Amino acid sequence: MASAPSKLYADDVSLLVVLLDTNPFFWSASSLPFSKFISHVISFLNSILLLNQLNQIVVIATGHNCCDYVYDSSSLANRSSGTGKLPAPSADLLEKLEEFVIRDEKLLKREPEGPIVSSLLSGSLSMALCYIQRVFRSGPLHPHPRILCLHGSQDGPEQYVAIMNAIFSAQRSMVPIDSCFIGAQNSAFLQQASYITGGVYLKPQLLDGTFQYLSTVFATDLHSRGFLQLPKSVGVDFRASCFCHKKTIDMGYICSVCLSIFCKHHKKCSTCGSVFGQPQSDAASEPSKKRKTGDA
Amino acid sequence: MWSLDLLKVIKTRKRDQINRHGSTSPMIKDFVGKAIGRSGDTPAAASGKTDASFPEEQISTAELELRIKLLRENSELQKLHKQLVIGGILTEAEFWATRKKLLDRESNRKSKQRVGFKSAMISDIKPATDGRTNKVTFSLTPEVILQIFAEKPAVHAAFLSYVPSKMTEKDFWTKYFKAEYLHSTKNAVAAAAEAAEDEELAIFLRNDDILAKEARQKIRRVDPTVNIEADQGDDYTHLPDHGIFRDGGKDITELQHELYRRTLAHDLNRHAAVVLEGRTVEVELEDTRTVAEALAKFKRVESANEDSDGNANQGRLERISRITEIEDLQAPHGPPLAPLCIKDPRDYFDSQQVNAIKASAVAEGKKSNLSSREAYGSLRDSISQTKQMGLHNPVVKTKDALQVFNALSHDISRTKYDVGKNPQDSVLDKLPSTTKEQLLHHWTSIQELLRHFWSSYPITSSYLYAKVNRLKDAMSQIYPQLEEIKKSVPANHKQHVSVLVRQMHQALDAAFQHYDADLQKRSAKSSERPNGFA
Repeated sequence: MASAPSKLYADDVSLLVVLLDTNPFFWSASSLPFSKFISHVISFLNSILLLNQLNQIVVIATGHNCCDYVYDSSSLANRSSGTGKLPAPSADLLEKLEEFVIRDEKLLKREPEGPIVSSLLSGSLSMALCYIQRVFRSGPLHPHPRILCLHGSQDGPEQYVAIMNAIFSAQRSMVPIDSCFIGAQNSAFLQQASYITGGVYLKPQLLDGTFQYLSTVFATDLHSRGFLQLPKSVGVDFRASCFCHKKTIDMGYICSVCLSIFCKHHKKCSTCGSVFGQPQSDAASEPSKKRKTGDA
Repeated sequence: MWSLDLLKVIKTRKRDQINRHGSTSPMIKDFVGKAIGRSGDTPAAASGKTDASFPEEQISTAELELRIKLLRENSELQKLHKQLVIGGILTEAEFWATRKKLLDRESNRKSKQRVGFKSAMISDIKPATDGRTNKVTFSLTPEVILQIFAEKPAVHAAFLSYVPSKMTEKDFWTKYFKAEYLHSTKNAVAAAAEAAEDEELAIFLRNDDILAKEARQKIRRVDPTVNIEADQGDDYTHLPDHGIFRDGGKDITELQHELYRRTLAHDLNRHAAVVLEGRTVEVELEDTRTVAEALAKFKRVESANEDSDGNANQGRLERISRITEIEDLQAPHGPPLAPLCIKDPRDYFDSQQVNAIKASAVAEGKKSNLSSREAYGSLRDSISQTKQMGLHNPVVKTKDALQVFNALSHDISRTKYDVGKNPQDSVLDKLPSTTKEQLLHHWTSIQELLRHFWSSYPITSSYLYAKVNRLKDAMSQIYPQLEEIKKSVPANHKQHVSVLVRQMHQALDAAFQHYDADLQKRSAKSSERPNGFA
């Protein structure tokens, strides 16, 4: 698999895949209204396209029930008509976004229970990585790809496994995952993603200045990042979720064959099928208890 | 000093003798401890190991040497060993139980190499001639004899059958060298004449029967798929200038007296074949008889193995049948299909019992009380509003932008001075090296202690109970040491060091909590039973 970009147009061309969080439950409770947020984002995307003629942008909407591509700057099927107030690409994006939200609502099966409503980050990460893989295989010349997550909803611990898989494959393909987290608490998944793949994790303090945050930190291409100082996060929350109940745990059991994490003792590992020994008889065959320290 | 004598004893005695004396085991352990720790005041360590419930460990000298070597090479391991084992907190057995992989690696490196035959032809002996008395002296060493027997199986068989029944060894070798002399004169006629007279000499002069039989067997076993077709161009023996110079004369092939002719090529090939086969005899080469017998035994074993190896033949037949197929004439077949195995992903990704994260459930700022329809509706409304109105103008207010910009610059410059440019830089590299080493050493010893601590639970025997107590005491001693480090650090690093130390505290605190909880449970249970635990 082409893990590193083999040849590029020029060093500073970037392919930016933006994962836009459109979880309505989050946005209805957020302090920053969605209309303001989307204008920040659209201005930011336009400015990226202005930085270099060859820059490309792909926007993937992360909904509550599904994810989909809503904008691709290199696609030729963009409708050229714009409304009076908005130029064509932005109008296009908004149009597709609205259609997406309607589709997402149709897929809603039941009212979400509990205070935590998460969006399908794992789905949109996977779609982004698939698009990037296709770009890698498209020929010898392609721009530096990176992923930017504009996310606000809480982490859904049931997506832990899928998100970690996506993160490791991004690490393998050397695609940095940047995150700009607009929600209230820090997101453990996005912190880990940025830490592992070498991206930047940012939690803006002043949400009205989101555009300024985006253009200062996330606008530059990967080559120029070598010469810039970007904000570093202080600590990373490395807690994992258990595989059986999807709870976040910091002390649990680990299968010594496949390293899956369980919160209580099982007879058999559900991932690899290896049988665990009895806990009393022999210390060597028991899955070893491991303690993970939390955030400092 | 007595410990030096013990070292000599270990080195000179054989392995099994030490193991027979079970009592030397604690002595050896004690010695190891003293030699490495270089401190002689740990009688407690030796006596603490006589716990009846844990079996005495029998370690061999080789294992002991490996351990000493490992400790000598790795100074961190040595420090840890000194601290934990000499301090009486862990026993040797426990310490090394988790490091089996290291020991195995060491022992593999030490495996001896077997020495094979020399590639020089030492069997081609040139005698020492004494001009005065016209005597010729051949000197034979067991090495040479071994090689002669290996290269010429007929001579070997002759030796076994004739000596000492028919002739003495000296006669045997005399005849052998006479035969060699005749060969070297290249006089096949004379050789034939001599052979006709003397039967035993004839054996040395003739071509080696046994070798011929082996060669015929090998020819039969040649893979028929190998193309050994020869044509006119492969015939080099009839070219002009063919022949090898040896001993002053050119070795030209002749067809007469085939039986008594031996060429250099024969000798060289045979020697090379024997060298490549490798040394077969491992015994001490003391005299000819033992050499001959050892070689004979080995050959018998080998031929027995070959006979029982019918699988080689089977494999050969299989290979032949596979190669005789002509691939071009067959239909193309795709790669073999792997059976499809889709595990039901539902129980992997979803779960019926998604539990909320308790910590973050509280802090959500404004809880949304809208139903889903309302939420979607409001989202759609904002999108269409943006479509109609266009983007906000200005997108961001100047004062907000300035505030953000200043805050970011401040953050970035602060972290740059504190931690370093790259995201993978660590705080540890900025600390003075002694502090860093101390911290790392404490961390590794905490890890080691915690590993043993957690693996001793649930406590089922008194040995584990004592062990846990020892570990607990050791761990409580670490706290003041960490405090000392914190104090000794210069001011600009104090914060980072305190963060690191806090992590270590957390790990230790969790262990202590568990210990206390377990102790409470035990005392509650033991109030029923008089003895305490099962």
